Parts: sequence; C-alpha cells; structure tokens
Amino acid sequence: MELVEAIILSVLAASTPLLIAATGELVTERAGVLNLGVEGMMIVGAACGFGGAWLSGSTIIGALCGIIAGALLSLIFAMMTLGLAVNQVASGLALTILGIGLSGLIGAGFVGERITPAPHLHIPGLTDIPLIGRILFGEDPFIYLSLALIVAVWWFLYRTRPGLVLRACGDNHVSAHALGYPVLRIRTFAVMFGGACAGLAGAYLPLAYTPFFIPGMTAGRGWIALALVVFASWLPGRLVIGAYLFGAVTILQLHAQGAGVGIPSQFMSALPYLATVIVLVLISRARTGGSTAPAALGTVFVPDR
Amino acid sequence: MRKRFLAAVAALLLGGSFASGASAADKLKVGFIYLGPVGDLGWTYQHELARQALVKEFGDKIETTYLENVSEGPDAERSIEQLVRAGNKLIFTTSFGYMDPTLKVAKKYPNVHFEHATGFKHDKNMSIYNGRFYEGRYIQGVIAGKMSKAGVLGYIGSFPIPEVIMGINATMLGAQTVNPNIKVKIIWVNTWFDPGKEADAAKALLDQGADIIMQHTDSPAAMQVASERGKLAFGQDSEMIKFGPKTQLTSIMDNWAPYYIARVKAELDGKWKEEDTWGGLKSKMVVMAPYTNMPDDVKKLAMDTEGAIIDGKLFPFKCPVIGQDGKEVECKGGTRLDDGQVLGMNFYVKGVDDKIPGK
Repeated sequence: MELVEAIILSVLAASTPLLIAATGELVTERAGVLNLGVEGMMIVGAACGFGGAWLSGSTIIGALCGIIAGALLSLIFAMMTLGLAVNQVASGLALTILGIGLSGLIGAGFVGERITPAPHLHIPGLTDIPLIGRILFGEDPFIYLSLALIVAVWWFLYRTRPGLVLRACGDNHVSAHALGYPVLRIRTFAVMFGGACAGLAGAYLPLAYTPFFIPGMTAGRGWIALALVVFASWLPGRLVIGAYLFGAVTILQLHAQGAGVGIPSQFMSALPYLATVIVLVLISRARTGGSTAPAALGTVFVPDR
Repeated sequence: MRKRFLAAVAALLLGGSFASGASAADKLKVGFIYLGPVGDLGWTYQHELARQALVKEFGDKIETTYLENVSEGPDAERSIEQLVRAGNKLIFTTSFGYMDPTLKVAKKYPNVHFEHATGFKHDKNMSIYNGRFYEGRYIQGVIAGKMSKAGVLGYIGSFPIPEVIMGINATMLGAQTVNPNIKVKIIWVNTWFDPGKEADAAKALLDQGADIIMQHTDSPAAMQVASERGKLAFGQDSEMIKFGPKTQLTSIMDNWAPYYIARVKAELDGKWKEEDTWGGLKSKMVVMAPYTNMPDDVKKLAMDTEGAIIDGKLFPFKCPVIGQDGKEVECKGGTRLDDGQVLGMNFYVKGVDDKIPGK
C-alpha cells in the first residue's frame, strides 16, 4: 500500500504543472486566441519564480513572480496579435523562442543555487488519516490550488455571464462585437490569464518539483499542455482527465521499468502520449455533439470603427 | 551521445545564440558547438569550463565563440558551417550526434581543423576525443556495493546505447567485487535532460527499494530527490555536492580543459594533426569528485581502486567477463576486452537482472 501511496503522490506532482498550464491555455483558446507560446511563458515563469523565491526565501513570492512574469510575457503576445493583428501561430512560436532565451538570461545569476521546496500542507487530524490523508491533505498547496482553479474556470465559463461572453468572442467575434462587447479587451484578459497560468505552472517546477533552476527545465511540458487542450476538446472536465492520465502513465511506466516488466523502454516512454490521445479521442467519439474547437480560434479580428 | 529534448520547432528556429565576440584578424579563432545551455550544470557546462580555461591560458592569442542549444541533425551542420564562415580555424563539436555533420563540413573545408567528442568517425582534419567514464563507474560500483544496505542500486539510464550500457556493466563489475549478490534496478527515461522526469525516476527507484541512486542523465534532480529522502547518490558530469551535501558519494567529472589546451597549443604551433584520444583517470580527462559521506575504510577502498586503475593494474573489463547468459564474452584484448568491444558494448554482464530495451 505504501508503494501505491508513493505512486499516487508522484502522479499528483507530475500532473499539476500540465494541468495549470493547460487550464490557462483553455481559457485563452476559448476566447478565440491560439497562443503557442506556453512553453516559453512556462520557462520564464520557472526562472522568475525561482529567482523570486531565492531572493525572498518565500514560496508565495516566488509563485507570484512566476505569475506576473508569465502574464507580462503574454501581454507582448497580446499586443502583437490583438493590437497589431499579427499572425497568432508565428507570434506564439516566437514567444516560445523569446521565452527560452530570456529565461536563460534571467536565470544565469542563480543557476546552481537551491531553495527550500514548497512546504507540504499539514492539517492535524486530516493529514494523519491512513492511506488517503497524505494524498488529500498532505501535499504542496499547488496541487490543490490547481484543482480549485479548473473548477473555478469551469464555473466561470459555463455558469456566469462574463464566461458566456468570453466563449462568444471565441466562437464568433463579429457577432460579439456587433452586440457591443469589447472583443479585443476580453481577449487580452484571456491571453493574460493564460500567461499567468503558464507562469505559475513553470514556477511550480523549481518551487515544488525540483527545487533548483536550470535553463530548459520545462523540457517540453508547455507543448504537452497545448496538446492536452486540443485532445480534451476544450472542455475543463476532460482536461483534468487528460492531465492526470498523462501524469499517471508517465509515473507508472517508470515503476514498471523498475519492476523489470519486459517491455522496451522506448515504447514505455511513448505510452503517456499514446494513452492520453487514445482515451481522450474515445471520450470525444462516445459523446456525439461534444464541443469542438472555438469557431474563431486563431483568426485575426480587426474591429471596424 | 548527447541528445536533449527541446521542442523541435523551437530548437529548429532557435538554431543557437551567439556569445563572446569581438574580432581581430591575427588571432586564432576557436569555435564550439554545444548541445545544451552553458548553465546545464552537466555535460555542456563542463565543456564551457574548458573553454574558459582556454581563454585563461592563451589570453588574447585566441578568440573563442560558442553556439549553444544546437540540436543534433541538420541544424548542426548549418551551425558548424556558420562557425567556419566566421573564420574559426579549430572547431570543437561536443556531442555524439554532431558526428556526421562534422564529418561533412570537414570534407568541405580541408583547411579547417575539427575536434569531435564521443564519436568514432574521423578524417585528415577531424580528430575525435572521449573520456573513459566507465573507469569512474567501476569505482562508483565498488563504493555502492559497500554502502548499499538493501543491496539494490537504482540506475537512471538515458538511452540504451553502448556508452550507457558500458557504465551499467562497469558499475556492476565493481559492485560485485565487494558484494557478489548486488542487484540493480534500471529505469530508462529516454532523455538526457528533463529534471522533472529524472526526479520521478529517482522517486520510483527509491520507492521500489533501491537505496543508492546512480544516473546517466544530466541534471542534479536525482541527487536532490535522494537527498530529500535521506538516501545516497552519485553525481554526474559535474560536481553536484551542492544538491546533496550529505548525499553525494562522489561524482564522475568530465575534465576537458587539459585536452583543449593541448589541442589549441598544437594548432598555434602549427603542429595539429588528426588524433584519436580516449582518455581516462590516468590522463585526467576523467576526474573523481572527493569521496564523501562514506566511512574511512570505504573511502580507502575507493582511492585504492582509483590508484590501481591509474597505475594500469586494474582494468574494469578484465577477462573473463561473464555475460548475462552465463557464457564468457570473447576476449579480444588479451587480458581484457579491447576498446572496440567496450565502445560497442550491447550486452549486460552477469548479475544484471534486466533486458536491454529493444533487444
């Protein structure tokens, strides 16, 4: 049982950065903007998050630095694609490249330093419950925060009027504009929310996962988050399934290797991708009429004045 | 033999970023191609330290340029050629995957000299160099065999290529000299660099009962996890004791500076010629970090083992080497496996209870 608990704890930690980054991107894309710069915003969030925590000695300040850095970087993207109506795909890729370079520059001063990892929750009574106590009440707060975040995003998108307006901007920006909604302003907020989430997801890596900063430490997680949004067909519920499934298969295949299961490791490494794609596609197939891509996703909108 | 995961598109467009410039016509221009960022604290970082040693040694007689984050493949060829066009006369390409691109560019520019790390193809104007890291692995095996209470080592592999497999074998051969029943659990992460995944692998190994972590990946993540759990670990490529002051037993450090200095000196003197160098502990291309967090008798044993390897009295792959199937491996080097056999190693020795992936 101890092993099961250990595996679940590893899965939670592995899935969290994916879930946070993907949640932000889901909101951005729901507003009709395709930001491919998640990886870049994540790595800058990692560098600034680590820097903030290292200088201040506080995980919370580190997390805030990551959030702010991600949001600021996404603001550049917003100015390019929304203000100047530049192609979103190209701008997003450029944002990733910028982010990778920028994070190296920001991080150069504290490569090789280490910080105290984020404290784990401890609620007397609850955390000590056998088996589930540590899983439900004993890990770092980011894990629980990420779940609260996706629930909040679901509630916002489907249960509030501003959420409806945001989705309207993503599905038909001309109509939303005609109804008098400030499409570009709404999209800017959506992009910045996505940036903030990506920054937080990146900051999670040095703050809680591996408490040091190395250039390139996000190692492609931003791209996985992007893919998760697509395979979850832009639905928050499926996003949670996708992120946890990916994390679970990633950890389980490592354990399977350690236990000497005779399956080639190359295949095992590909397994998280395969499993996630297959399961999410099957879910989409099972429920006909499920949500598809926001209709105006990736298209440029210039309001006529 | 280095491959890093970088988002393919990003890497392709990124190409590499320039650093250290300022031109002067009469200086010898020396170029470097790096796989990772200079701050990776591992493989690329050690090459960068050696470049800095060059600058210190030769001062304004040379001018160095490096391109970092150059992915292996077509991008590498373009980057190497870029260095040639910029007037570099001696170019170090520091990863296995740059082998064919380097060879191609070398054939095109016969007046430029190339130095390729860890490969096996060479030419009139292209030398190769590599470290006998397995010598260090053997010592680590001896230490691990002594220090493991559970008798189970946790080994994080990158890719199942000869370089990594020879490391696993050398570790086991070393460990078996002090604990014949030692076991090893191997997890392949299929990447050279992904701190998160390396940490996950280390956690999985510890959760499954290993109590000493060894790695053939580049980041200090595994060391850090072992440190958090109060277990022991070995560093990789660089000194990593900072990430586990009470955890690191030793670390195999790549020490390229003496070689780089010798090669640049030869170039400056007009005496450069093609060579095939495979340096180990003796030539100090491989250096062991201080032996820490172990009792004095284990420390002495480690130092004696190191001394014996340096003196040529001990060869990690001395015959007979028994394979997994219990059969003796053909001994082409007389008393030990010859270099070709070691460089192409694709079998596990007896005592490894696992299969090489894909075999």
